[in-house]
Amino acid sequence: MVGRQFRRNRLAMAGIIFVIFFFATALLAPFLANDKPIYLYHEGKHYFPIVHQITHGHFSSTPHNLKAYGWRLMPPVPYSPTEYDLSSLLIPPSKNHWLGTDDQGRDVLARLIYGSQVSLSVGFIAVSIYVIIGLFFGAMAGYFGGMTDLIISRLIEIMICFPTFFLILTVLAFVGPSIYNIMIVIGITSWTGIARLTRGEFLKFRHQDFVLAAKTVGVSTPRLLIKHILPNSLAPVFVSATFGVAAAILVESSLSFLGFGVQPPTASWGEILSQSRDFMDIAWWLTLFPGLAIFLTITAYNLVGEGLRDAIDPKLKI
Amino acid sequence: MDGGTMIHYILKRFFLILPTFFGITLITFLIIQLAPGSPVSLKLLGPGGAGVRSDLISKEVIEQTKKLYGLDQPVYVQYGKWLKRLVTLDFGDSYKDHRPVSLKIREALPITLLLNIISIFLIYLISIPAGIFSAVHPESWMDKITTLLLFILYSLPSFWVAMILIIYLGGGEYLDLFPIAGIVSYGVETLPFWNQVGNLLWHLVLPVISLTYGGLAFLSRFSRAQLLEVIRQDFIRTARAKGLSESVVILKHGLRNALIPLVTLMGTLLPALIGGSVIIEQIFSIPGMGKLGFEAVLTRDYPVIMAIVAIEAFLTLISILITDILYVLIDPRISFEKVHQ
Repeated sequence: MVGRQFRRNRLAMAGIIFVIFFFATALLAPFLANDKPIYLYHEGKHYFPIVHQITHGHFSSTPHNLKAYGWRLMPPVPYSPTEYDLSSLLIPPSKNHWLGTDDQGRDVLARLIYGSQVSLSVGFIAVSIYVIIGLFFGAMAGYFGGMTDLIISRLIEIMICFPTFFLILTVLAFVGPSIYNIMIVIGITSWTGIARLTRGEFLKFRHQDFVLAAKTVGVSTPRLLIKHILPNSLAPVFVSATFGVAAAILVESSLSFLGFGVQPPTASWGEILSQSRDFMDIAWWLTLFPGLAIFLTITAYNLVGEGLRDAIDPKLKI
Repeated sequence: MDGGTMIHYILKRFFLILPTFFGITLITFLIIQLAPGSPVSLKLLGPGGAGVRSDLISKEVIEQTKKLYGLDQPVYVQYGKWLKRLVTLDFGDSYKDHRPVSLKIREALPITLLLNIISIFLIYLISIPAGIFSAVHPESWMDKITTLLLFILYSLPSFWVAMILIIYLGGGEYLDLFPIAGIVSYGVETLPFWNQVGNLLWHLVLPVISLTYGGLAFLSRFSRAQLLEVIRQDFIRTARAKGLSESVVILKHGLRNALIPLVTLMGTLLPALIGGSVIIEQIFSIPGMGKLGFEAVLTRDYPVIMAIVAIEAFLTLISILITDILYVLIDPRISFEKVHQ
């Protein structure tokens, strides 16, 4: 029913397709953009340098000079995201570099492809962290009520009034900028929405017949919470988490833009944008493409979120 | 309206703010005190010195510096002292240049508030008519186009838009219409008052656009949904049956009731915008709270960080309180007694 409703929404389907495309790009990044060949035929032997790199962590079994010999199949973008080339600085989009190069001669498309890995992992892990925290606190507050509810509700109120972005900035400046710290900090500061939703759901369900029935037959409390009530409350949480991924990707790119994100030479969309500030008026491609990547990804997640929300509960539609 | 109940309600709400406020400042205090590294080594060793190679300086120098800043005392004593000084609005002296923090805040806060108040005003000014239009002509192609357009705007990262605006309108390669840094031109003091105001507004155009467009989508869709819901109710049917013109029905009877929940959004809008203005102030070199905070974080200027968190938390709490009070004042169906429960 929900699935059918969702599929009928064309914009949401477009969103899903883009999200899948985005996932595939992040997962297949080494095969899409690499200065090593995917396949190499050299002196009667077959080599798969990229696969070898992934499984063994190095290229050692392949011939020494990969570029010199044999028949080979290169990835569609034959550049690595970190290899600089001083002979091709700030080249506009062209046949060799589809989206141009940056100030160190690195291929922008290759960097965007690898940047998607950062956005994907931050989006997912940060949201997973805060969904777990939010579910835990929300379930406790909603089911047990009373003093527990009072304390948790106070805590939620404190977190809501926190200047969150500034807090994230402070913590990152103090513990050191890194992608893992970003995930953890976003996770710890953004759980209030999920907690409020879950609290409401658990409040609604705790006096219903199926809960009473489960209690009567002696189901333990943790089991009752996790196996019986939780599955009934997950739908709105899932919708909220989808929007959350979009928000987390935006926060990550803002932080990387400010220099608090992944550290060079690792590529991230916000970091490319931040680098481009010095060349804004001479290299438009450095500003345009990473911005488009962020925009398209956020739009896709928001469309999927809206589609899910409308499919799950048409009343919520605005 | 019973004045006594109202004062009672406001007082009660105000005292409920205090624990939240203490919670926020205490958590921040603990975070910055327990984090690795210290402002002492940063100060003595320069940037990058925090946390590393503090063995390079003699113990005595470190102890003296710590004592100077009061960092040698236990955390709870430091927090107690901070609270005590807060009562007189004394936030201590900045570690960076030893100027009183309250003075720095007094310079920065009006700028950030001005930026955000203009932005909120524009958001309401644009999105409510857009929402009304969409609700009066639901599912029309204009409705669909506005919805899509606002949705796209909503997903555009503000710092990227700011960069694009600078390239195209700020004298990068194309048009040179607006200044891109600061809030007034050099030597503006010599101009007559109204020219000074004009100069300020001219500087604020690009930052305000960057802050505003993202909020349009949410508010206009919210007002559309509100109005659509109200229009379906019985009293609107009655008004139509009475023979009132459509514009009177929508604007006088529908809108009044639909707009009430929009007021409450103001409480959530202000903190969100202040948070977002960190990056915008950074890009446009606007000397507001965001830029002050950003620099304080980089130099571990504890007193400035604490002051900013305290003031932003206070502003948030007060704006939530004010919207709650407005809500009751505007909507006669809600009374303070009901809100109590």
